[in-house]
Amino acid sequence: MTQTSPPSLYAPREPVFPRRVDGFFRRFKWGIMAVTLGIYYLTPWLRWDRGPNLPDQAVLIDLAHRRFYFFWIEIWPHEFYFVAGLLIMAGLGLFLFTSALGRVWCGYACPQTVWTDLFILVERWIEGDRNARVRLHHAGWGVHKLRLRVTKWVLWLGIAVATGGAWVFYFTDAPQLARDLVTLDAAPVAYMTIAILTATTFLLGGFMREQVCIYMCPWPRIQAAMMDPDTITVAYRDWRGEPRGKGNLRKRERAAAQRAQDQIAAAWPGAARYGPTPYPDRGRAALPPVPRADTQGDCIDCMACVNVCPVGIDIRNGQQMECITCALCIDACDDVMAKIGKPRGLIDYLALSDETAERAGQPPKPLWRHILRPRTLLYTAAWALIGVALVYALFIRSAIELTVSPVRNPTYVTLSDGAVRNIYDVRLRNKQGRDATVQIGITSDSALTVTLEGQGNAGATVVLPANQTILQRVYVTAAPQTEASTADMTQLRLWVEDTGTGDRASKATSFNGKDR
Amino acid sequence: MTDHKQDDVTGIETTGHSWDGIEELNTPLPRWWLWTLYLTIIWGIGYSVAYPAWPMISGATSGLLGWSTRANVAQDIDAHAQKNAQLVTDLLGTDMEALPQDADLNRYAIARGGAVFRANCSQCHGSGAAGAKGYPNLLDDDWLWGGAMADIEYTVRHGIRNEQDADARYSQMPAFGAILGKDDIAAVVEHVISLSSSDFDAALAETGAEVFADNCSACHGDAGQGDRSQGAPNIGDAIWLYGSDRQALTQTVTKARFGVMPPWGGRLEEADIRAVSAYVHSLGGGE
Repeated sequence: MTQTSPPSLYAPREPVFPRRVDGFFRRFKWGIMAVTLGIYYLTPWLRWDRGPNLPDQAVLIDLAHRRFYFFWIEIWPHEFYFVAGLLIMAGLGLFLFTSALGRVWCGYACPQTVWTDLFILVERWIEGDRNARVRLHHAGWGVHKLRLRVTKWVLWLGIAVATGGAWVFYFTDAPQLARDLVTLDAAPVAYMTIAILTATTFLLGGFMREQVCIYMCPWPRIQAAMMDPDTITVAYRDWRGEPRGKGNLRKRERAAAQRAQDQIAAAWPGAARYGPTPYPDRGRAALPPVPRADTQGDCIDCMACVNVCPVGIDIRNGQQMECITCALCIDACDDVMAKIGKPRGLIDYLALSDETAERAGQPPKPLWRHILRPRTLLYTAAWALIGVALVYALFIRSAIELTVSPVRNPTYVTLSDGAVRNIYDVRLRNKQGRDATVQIGITSDSALTVTLEGQGNAGATVVLPANQTILQRVYVTAAPQTEASTADMTQLRLWVEDTGTGDRASKATSFNGKDR
Repeated sequence: MTDHKQDDVTGIETTGHSWDGIEELNTPLPRWWLWTLYLTIIWGIGYSVAYPAWPMISGATSGLLGWSTRANVAQDIDAHAQKNAQLVTDLLGTDMEALPQDADLNRYAIARGGAVFRANCSQCHGSGAAGAKGYPNLLDDDWLWGGAMADIEYTVRHGIRNEQDADARYSQMPAFGAILGKDDIAAVVEHVISLSSSDFDAALAETGAEVFADNCSACHGDAGQGDRSQGAPNIGDAIWLYGSDRQALTQTVTKARFGVMPPWGGRLEEADIRAVSAYVHSLGGGE
């Protein structure tokens, strides 16, 4: 056994200088970036008229008044299950997309990816493409380097402030807050939130980048359980590419491979850390030999795929925990394949289960058979079920609501004429922008009468102020010697009805008699 | 020294730990992670200097910022008092009879009164105000001294049959054991039972009616309807403070009752007295 000297416990970050690339996936990602950032920055400025007593911001999380407004939907704290349902749907959606298409969330939509992409765009604009940036990185600190660096940081800081600034607009009226922020009249918590989000955006997008994905985010570790051999993911067709290099003689294979490794090591000192991830059921050595007449693979080892990679890995080493499947290596490789007159797709969206067929020259399974599988259908069904349930719950909810808590201390009260009274604390909610007059009543098989605190026998109507909850003490009385007054328990249903609109809501409860 | 082995596939050294044949790679941590650790240690030291932290013999170090949970609570209470200052002023200035018409003020008074009640009154009247034997139930529609807002407020302020307050509500039922014979007492008890029940000895009750008219009706009324001006209970209804069976009634007539309530004026703030009166008035029996 060879004894190796223990390596350092800590490794410095290897800087990554992604090269510019153009292609289908790059253009697709620009589109997604424009849409997601557009939604994020502009949403708080959309207006939505809800009437005189309610805010007119389309999307507003009003923590102070415990309301969440989303266009025509208004969520109260007791309806938080809508938010819980949306979170469950987001989780299931993530499972669905990961089992079908791998880490598409990481590669296209994750805020870390989108903002890092934006920051790299600025960096490339100021400091130039990969080679210029590598030179600048190694150059000493002078006026030139300082000027470029400071310009870049100022632009990053501008984006970071806008990001933190947009966040706080979701929590209060945006135009008013914008004025207050400028005149320094806004609440300290607003400035603090902006400062914290500015700092995190600046740091995570400008300096931490792939370190966030590799070391801080739990999702790369979880996704391994979500993916299977049928999952479509970014991969290298090694049966087609290997042996890589420019030579075509079998006896030069070993030397070429060694040279390739050396080149990787030279161009990218950290590459050795990212060794290939073995397939779960067989080692690489067990793969059948490449059935090709000539011995030259399509890969010319130009390192384009490595140079464009934002996390700094070599996709040809196989699937890796670090890979966020941003697909930029596909664009880079397709470009090279076009130039050397080979078919595209040496690096491509692939499923591992197709490897054997492709190696034998068979066509791979069609895309829909990878995507429509029992597993993905099950995820879709669960996702849709919760979605339908939420929409249903949204449409059946009443504008007037009540909750009933029967007072059980004491269980009943005897009145002077011998009648038996039960007391109920009824919480009434008016979820409309106008006052509502509601009638309170009961349905029961027994003869019971309902009266309200403060009204005597005058009536049973209450005025609910707009957009508020009030507590009303309700008395239900059974006359002396009636069935309900002597029985142990009688079922009843307390209802409220909006006298204007006829909206009605009710809750079942019980009445305690003397026989206990 | 653990046995440092090299992983065949990746070429990276392993930690030497093995679980079910799976070995752990000894991948180096990123350097910035180490700096983060040092930063948290520095933060921790700074925190323990700025805030209360180290336990000493007679308490913990107080910290340079002088922060404490107690001061925080005091601050919160002050902030709430400030918020409610206008409501308190309104409550002190309002006509109590008109209070239920002012919804916001009424809500505040009842909420405040509920807290006062639970701290000061629930020991006798119960946390649900349902009372107990000798301590009136405040939820029903029967009142010894009156159930209007002003009556309740007076009772709370001055109390009943106490020696501390000269204005306390006062009355005393004589102990009829020294005045009437046993037969008369049994007869009058039968009469009292006949007022609210159908299960009685008619002949005995007839005799009792005469005893009642001679001895009791001055306070309790001809028909036993009671008299609130002197706290004489209605004995014809279904509510009994000391019990309604023959034994309890015999004891009441023979030895009399003398329920006492302390005066709360001077012990509670004026606003608390008004609030707790509003609370009791809102429990179901307010008149």
